[in-house]
Amino acid sequence: MKFNSQTFTISEAGSFGQKALIVGGLGLAASAAGYFLDSKQFYFSYLTAFVFWASLGIGGLFFTLLHHLVGATWSIVLRRIAETTAVTLPVMLILFIPVIFGMHDLYHWTHADVVANDAILQRKSGYLNVPFFLIRTVVYFTIWTIFGWMLYKMSLKQDGGDQSGNERMRTLSAPGMILFALSTTYAAYDWLMSLDPHWYSTIFGVYYFAGGLLGVLSFFAVFALYLRKKAVLAETITVEHYHDLGKLLFGFTIFWAYIGFSQFFLIWYANIPEETVYYLHRWEGSWKYVSLLLIFGHLMLPFLALIARAPKRNLNLLKLIGVWLLVMHWVDIHWMVLPTLHHHGVHLSWMDLTAMMGVGGIFMWFFWQRFSANALVPKGDPRLDASIHIVN
Amino acid sequence: MSETKKEPTYFLAEFDGPGGLLEAAKKVRDAGYKMFDCHSPFPIHGMDQAMGLKRSPLGVIVFLCAFTGVFSMIALTYWVSVEAYPLVISGKPLFSYPAYAPPIFAIGVLTGGITSLLGMLALNKLPRPHHPLFNSESFSRATSDGFFVSIEAESSEDENKIKSFLSSIGGKNVEVIKGE
Repeated sequence: MKFNSQTFTISEAGSFGQKALIVGGLGLAASAAGYFLDSKQFYFSYLTAFVFWASLGIGGLFFTLLHHLVGATWSIVLRRIAETTAVTLPVMLILFIPVIFGMHDLYHWTHADVVANDAILQRKSGYLNVPFFLIRTVVYFTIWTIFGWMLYKMSLKQDGGDQSGNERMRTLSAPGMILFALSTTYAAYDWLMSLDPHWYSTIFGVYYFAGGLLGVLSFFAVFALYLRKKAVLAETITVEHYHDLGKLLFGFTIFWAYIGFSQFFLIWYANIPEETVYYLHRWEGSWKYVSLLLIFGHLMLPFLALIARAPKRNLNLLKLIGVWLLVMHWVDIHWMVLPTLHHHGVHLSWMDLTAMMGVGGIFMWFFWQRFSANALVPKGDPRLDASIHIVN
Repeated sequence: MSETKKEPTYFLAEFDGPGGLLEAAKKVRDAGYKMFDCHSPFPIHGMDQAMGLKRSPLGVIVFLCAFTGVFSMIALTYWVSVEAYPLVISGKPLFSYPAYAPPIFAIGVLTGGITSLLGMLALNKLPRPHHPLFNSESFSRATSDGFFVSIEAESSEDENKIKSFLSSIGGKNVEVIKGE
């Protein structure tokens, strides 16, 4: 691909999009074949992949909203990447369709005979019922799509010389942030927490959000470093920006652990069976090692790797940490979803991989189509130059 | 010990504005002076690089002290709950470390915070109520509109050489300050 550093655009976008589409198509086709072999496994693998990639879109939307609300300068060069990550969310609504077909296999509370014999689920049926679940999911995606698209469109308009862009985007971001917080929380309750309909944790939505934000920050670092390798934006996104991304990665590594521990701590202390069952399942058999992997791999290792200044400015190391954190984010979601299916231990399936490829390929294809079609940074932003020359 | 330690001499010169001070700092650095400082009413971007300052070792000190705090607190909670007062509370094991995570975390943050403050003061050699530069009449303007470079030298060094050097890089009102 050829990069024009005057207009910040690329010509001959290269084969990235096609490759992503091929990977996505192959992944979805293989997963579809898996459906006929083991439909339950297919749905759970697919839900994991869906929730993983959706969390990146959600994280990208949060980053964009936050960027406008705080009036950040350093992240202007990353804003277009974040905006484009957020506009993948409407595509995720289409990719949600297989989950709808799998609701009977995924969600226990959809079984009428189970609910009829279960006092707790009867009480919850006002919230946990199929029509309301579907309406809610559509509402979440509508909120995310409206704010994602509007911010994206305004940003593109700014490229064309719209001077009042920043102010209007900030005004839009304030209500956006409130609706974002509510919709993300309930989305996590619906898609993940209701896998075990008896169990509940009020902080669960924040936990999903924390993991997603850490995931998307890793994605920004890895994707920007990929562009850098192709000599795209190499002079625009400098080591100073990677340093800042590294600081956020460090901060949100701790934030994720803080929220995860807060959830665990109260349940462990109170020791009420209906609450402890969640962690009991995740301490059974080989799940115990996945739990330990999260503590050491998702917290301790990135914490020690990112605490000093040098690793954040060492781009090869930062790329490694970014990839590692993305893998850990997947492990985290796998750990939330799969114990519902495999109670007694980890059981990895090839469908876990193909579903990730399938959903991820479509995600990356759409992301790349939008990203490569426009300027790679918001070139109309009056503070773009200040952002490029930022020094820590 | 005899009182043979000689008082250092300070050379003070004024420069035009933050830009002038930044240029002067680079020249003083390039001339090989190590013991010099810049004084301005407000922080100037890029001054650290211009003066050739190294990164502070404070981060490493804070890291080590914070982890000493963390491990001390782990040891304390272990000793209290297992050795000194082994009480079974709500049927949990004696060393129920999840319960101690908040105080361990808090002590880690507290040790880190206190070390940051005290370490910063110690590395800056603060508090220091008096400095020979305060004897200069014009130096008080460093808090309002004056931009100064001060060079610290042993009294054995050639005064005229440093004075003429400061004048040559554009310094005005070059002063020599001795004594307490």
